[in-house]
Amino acid sequence: MHKLVPATLAIALGLPVGAGADTLSDVATLRQEMDAMRAAYEARMQALEQRLRRAEAALSAPAAAAASAVTVDPVAAPLASAPPAAPAPAAPGGGANAFNPSMALILSGLYTRTSRDPANYAITGFQLPTGAELGPGTRGFSLAESELDLAASIDPWWRGAANIALQADNKVSIEEAYVQTTALGNGLSLKAGRFFSNVGYLNPQHSHTWDFVDNPLAYQALLGTQYSDDGVQLSWLAPLDSYVELGAELGRGRSFPGSDTSRNGAGMSAITAHTGGDIGASQSWRAGVSMLNAKASDQSLVATNGAGSAVTDAFSGSTRVWVADAVWKWAPNGNATRTNLKLQGEYLRSTRTGSLVYDVGNADREGTYRAVQSGWYLQGVYQFMPYWRVGLRTEQLDAGTPDYGLNAASFAANGYKPRKNSVMLDFSPSEFSRVRLQLAQDRSREGLTDNQLFIQYQMSLGAHGAHSY
Amino acid sequence: MMNRPLLLTLVCVPLMLSALPAQAALRVFACEPEWGALAQELGGSNVDVSVATSALQDPHQIQAKPSLIARTRNADLVACTGAELEIGWLPVLLQQSGNAKVQPGQPGNFAAADFVRKLDVPAQLDRAQGDVHAAGNPHIQTDPRNIALVANALGARLQQLDPPHAADYAKALASFSQRWQQATARWAAQAAPLKGASVVSQHKAFVYLYDWLGLKEVAVLEPKPGVEPTASHLQEVLATLKGTPARMVLYAAYQDPRPSEWLGKNAGLAVVKIPFTVGGSDGAKDLFGLFDDTVARLVAAGAKP
Repeated sequence: MHKLVPATLAIALGLPVGAGADTLSDVATLRQEMDAMRAAYEARMQALEQRLRRAEAALSAPAAAAASAVTVDPVAAPLASAPPAAPAPAAPGGGANAFNPSMALILSGLYTRTSRDPANYAITGFQLPTGAELGPGTRGFSLAESELDLAASIDPWWRGAANIALQADNKVSIEEAYVQTTALGNGLSLKAGRFFSNVGYLNPQHSHTWDFVDNPLAYQALLGTQYSDDGVQLSWLAPLDSYVELGAELGRGRSFPGSDTSRNGAGMSAITAHTGGDIGASQSWRAGVSMLNAKASDQSLVATNGAGSAVTDAFSGSTRVWVADAVWKWAPNGNATRTNLKLQGEYLRSTRTGSLVYDVGNADREGTYRAVQSGWYLQGVYQFMPYWRVGLRTEQLDAGTPDYGLNAASFAANGYKPRKNSVMLDFSPSEFSRVRLQLAQDRSREGLTDNQLFIQYQMSLGAHGAHSY
Repeated sequence: MMNRPLLLTLVCVPLMLSALPAQAALRVFACEPEWGALAQELGGSNVDVSVATSALQDPHQIQAKPSLIARTRNADLVACTGAELEIGWLPVLLQQSGNAKVQPGQPGNFAAADFVRKLDVPAQLDRAQGDVHAAGNPHIQTDPRNIALVANALGARLQQLDPPHAADYAKALASFSQRWQQATARWAAQAAPLKGASVVSQHKAFVYLYDWLGLKEVAVLEPKPGVEPTASHLQEVLATLKGTPARMVLYAAYQDPRPSEWLGKNAGLAVVKIPFTVGGSDGAKDLFGLFDDTVARLVAAGAKP
């Protein structure tokens, strides 16, 4: 800066000196002008220095350039001894495919051995949707669902995901396909499209993340195995230190316990509330209560009548399902790599009110219908050494005493409570593969015990999935 | 009798105190203890740091627990390693948080590995090679020169996110950088006798440490990254060591010590537990303690005959 002073002086002296230039006031004016020029130069030099520093910062660490809006103190200059920083990682590959969504393919297969024919599978006392995937499925070797998962950010405000299920019978179905906001903030997130409802603990989880081959009986009997719908879902995370998540869903009601009702309004509505936290370093938990309402019209159901033969009924009316869920996990110091334990349980209670047409196509008799039915399961999965887990599950259903109105004479309620116990052992040599052996004693059908054996593999390839709690 | 202003103060102060902490400090959610410690060094009282994992947990395998979702929701800055270290759990936290500030690409999302030169970048991506990370080895915190680079970037990020306290952050960064530079020189001098020493690692977790101190990794106990050591592979390592002897075997605090201890006993090597991150040992109370302790353990093991 000091070099500027003589230069400024020279310029000032070189100026034509007018009459009375030797007066004190003129000297003072000159000095003021000099000071002003000097200040201006200093400001410009400082600005230049800052620009230089900013450019240097941008070169050494690209992301640090984002902070350039803030004046960086000169002493905060990077360490001289530090090794040179690499440029920011470029997108792999580049070109037209660089923005392809992350892709994962889940491959799964099954060997099933049952002592009773799965074709005659039923749950005594429950009217179950026709065509639903219930019971142990196909005997012998079978390909389980292959699932293709695609996900990516859409733009700064949305992300999208799709789970396409390729079924063993060569059918393709859309399991989930939704867009979700990422920029609403305030703990809010809005989802639209097809998605698994967030009721309960197991309902939103994809089958490849289940701890047993099959979903509990309560889910099969009361939620059609897993409730998925087309609609919107709003969830809100409370601004608290502990976890409190509230959710609301509206949907068409396209699957059991709902059915297409050809209405403009919503055929399904649900509200969910979950909370959870940690107990010390080793334990964590989550618990919740959810309620789902669904409307059905001429819903085709398979039931067993009082004479013991299978009939097809049609239900029209509304269903409300309450779900209470809890899960608790333990791992020594929170390190689940070697050993860990997971306990979970859920209670589901369904109330169906409306009318039932008995024996569609034959008797065709319509009567009022009201049924309160419930079920629960409790399971524990323990990883006793790396890669190896053992699990136990026990469950029971209560068919209640449905009020069949005019059709009362056609059904017999005897208070039978379907039960099932399962034990499983699985081996996961990596995060991407798992082989499982499961044995179950299924007493879903009154008087018949079905001994089941499953050997299953589940593998994922492609993008590394992130799993929810 | 109580006068009016005093009464007002008594009523208002607790109210303000209960409302203030939510707004007072920049809330930093750090995925690993080293970034939590760094944010604390650079932010001081202007930041409220919460750390997702401990030194006793495997950072690859963390559950997206409800408590972590809640803390992500309230964070102003999420400071993580990146380079796919947290790929199995951080995306779930971000998606479920409903927090726009910390989504990828936002200033509130900080990935330390973006600011350092990464080693072990695989030439070929195939999971037959184990749990490989496409971006390179993510365990960057074992080289203090990386910490210095990340400190510069994190300091700048704190200034960007919290302009009213920019001067404080700049001052803290300058002070930290100076102390860190001196300490790094001291550690390098202490560890100088180890230069060129052959070592065995349990997991490929220390490549940056080796790069810094000039150590030579001659074997790894995990047959593939992320795959637990097997008896047959340990025998192979033992056979390898007959030809190329090593001075010590290293494992991280969160890992099962048994494979390293087995090799130590059978091959006659010093077994060194590396704190790996802040909190990994009694000495690793902060970042300085982490390297004081790491270097002290290595030097002690290297001095043994």
